[in-house]
Amino acid sequence: MQRIINNPDDVVNEMLDGFAATHADLVARVPNNHRVLKYKQSPVPGKVGVITGGGSGHEPAFIGYIGENMLDAVAVGEIFSSPTAKSFTDAIKAADSGRGVAVLYGNYSGDNMNVKMAKIDADDDGIAVKSVVANDDVVSAPKSEPHKRRGVAGEIFMWKIGGARAALGGSLDEVIASAQKAIDHTRSVGIGLSSCTIPAVGKPNFFIKPGTMEFGIGHHGEPGLAITELKTADEMASLALEHILPDLPFAPGCEVAILVSGLGATPVNELYVFFRKVAEILQSQNINIHKSYVGNYFSSLDMMGVTLTLMKLDDELKQLLDIKCNAVALKQF
Amino acid sequence: MQTTVAYTPKHNPVNYFKNKEGAAIVRCIVRTIQANKDYLGSVDGEIGDGDHGVNMNKGFTMAGERLEDGHTFSEACRVVAQALMEDIGGSMGPLYGSFFKALWRHSKSLENISAENYGTMLQAATEAVMEIGGAKVGDKSLIDTLVPAYQAFQCALADKADFTQALQRSTAAAEAGKESTRALVAKIGRSARLGERSRGVLDAGAVSSFLILQALHGGIAASLQD
Repeated sequence: MQRIINNPDDVVNEMLDGFAATHADLVARVPNNHRVLKYKQSPVPGKVGVITGGGSGHEPAFIGYIGENMLDAVAVGEIFSSPTAKSFTDAIKAADSGRGVAVLYGNYSGDNMNVKMAKIDADDDGIAVKSVVANDDVVSAPKSEPHKRRGVAGEIFMWKIGGARAALGGSLDEVIASAQKAIDHTRSVGIGLSSCTIPAVGKPNFFIKPGTMEFGIGHHGEPGLAITELKTADEMASLALEHILPDLPFAPGCEVAILVSGLGATPVNELYVFFRKVAEILQSQNINIHKSYVGNYFSSLDMMGVTLTLMKLDDELKQLLDIKCNAVALKQF
Repeated sequence: MQTTVAYTPKHNPVNYFKNKEGAAIVRCIVRTIQANKDYLGSVDGEIGDGDHGVNMNKGFTMAGERLEDGHTFSEACRVVAQALMEDIGGSMGPLYGSFFKALWRHSKSLENISAENYGTMLQAATEAVMEIGGAKVGDKSLIDTLVPAYQAFQCALADKADFTQALQRSTAAAEAGKESTRALVAKIGRSARLGERSRGVLDAGAVSSFLILQALHGGIAASLQD
């Protein structure tokens, strides 16, 4: 393992120190909790708070989506481990202007439990809290069991849409409804080409044999649907779409937003090679691309691989997606 | 290998233990988790991400540092619950945090804790874990250890067993429950994604909950008063 670290146990805290210092124009710390970051202006008066939380190792998620018209606060966990209930509670408090707080997070057992406990604590403090659980990963469970599907990079669309609805003055119920609609219209799939290493563990979390790839891999290396021989970028793109398109479904004539994210060790130029084929296939199927995002938006430490996410747009989602935002890792003007 | 931390039994144990002398029992749990850090890590490494030993050791060590000799058993349970819930996170923070919080809540008003009291506490603590985690018996989780443990304890009391015997039977049932997870396919938590690949190895939570109960019951047995 060759990494740019000090004591492996300090990686998360030292990363947060560096992040807060780098983005001091947008991000602030909260009193008495080192594991919560907030948007400098939050709570924004009159606005419903929008927060999330999750394990570290996915940077720029989750903290990179803090900012104007996106996330008000983020609870930060150890690497690949849910934040504490207290951190979720403190993030809720940091975001609440009195109109309530939407917790928009991913479907993992630890996060589910800690959010559940945080909601009880926030309720004791008189803060209205509602949540949406992202489950956009199509291969993590059959379509008949959506409650078992994991949340992956589609969470970024959920935050963008929920954040925009809150920015337009939406009530807590309206923010929740828009965020739920966003994730319901979103599907993702991941492809892993190599493993990743948690610094404190020191050895790879799992193993992908050279010359092979794991189709449907999760953000922490959860096993995918199949291990196949390493395919070309074009073949990967068509395989990913074969699983994404029929699941919603995305029918000819519909309009989509696309997000292609590297998993941490993927050269960015290869993401564009992959995207090129995605766009070509969608055009051939008469699916219109409204907006595309290609880059490292939601990573998995040093994993080599890619995730593809599509959101089917209607007028509301399109309007909310296009609203400007100024977050650390997503800027639209 | 699992490590058992020794305790020294007192004189002829019978009926109850004193809440105000119970902090030592909780310290015994802390030492047990610390002694088994590597063992828990290796069990978790088989089908999980291998961090169970590290996280449990971190949480219980933090709790151990905050324990004071003057704490009652109930207060010591609360210290553990707070350390796990406020400083650990993950899945184990809320699960074991709820377990120890329920032990605190159902014993805090008691001066002496009888076998009947303990049976109620153990059931409430198990139910609190089920409530927050949503697991059932057979899902391959800590519930496969905890449910047989409280049921065996209560059955033993119904059979007129004394406190010591009931603790022994409960610990034995917990161990059998833990071992039962080897044959199960995980239905909950991160290992559930593995399907059939999760069969044949122990569940890390079932192992750590057995170690906790074994230490707890050993500690209580050593503290019983006539």
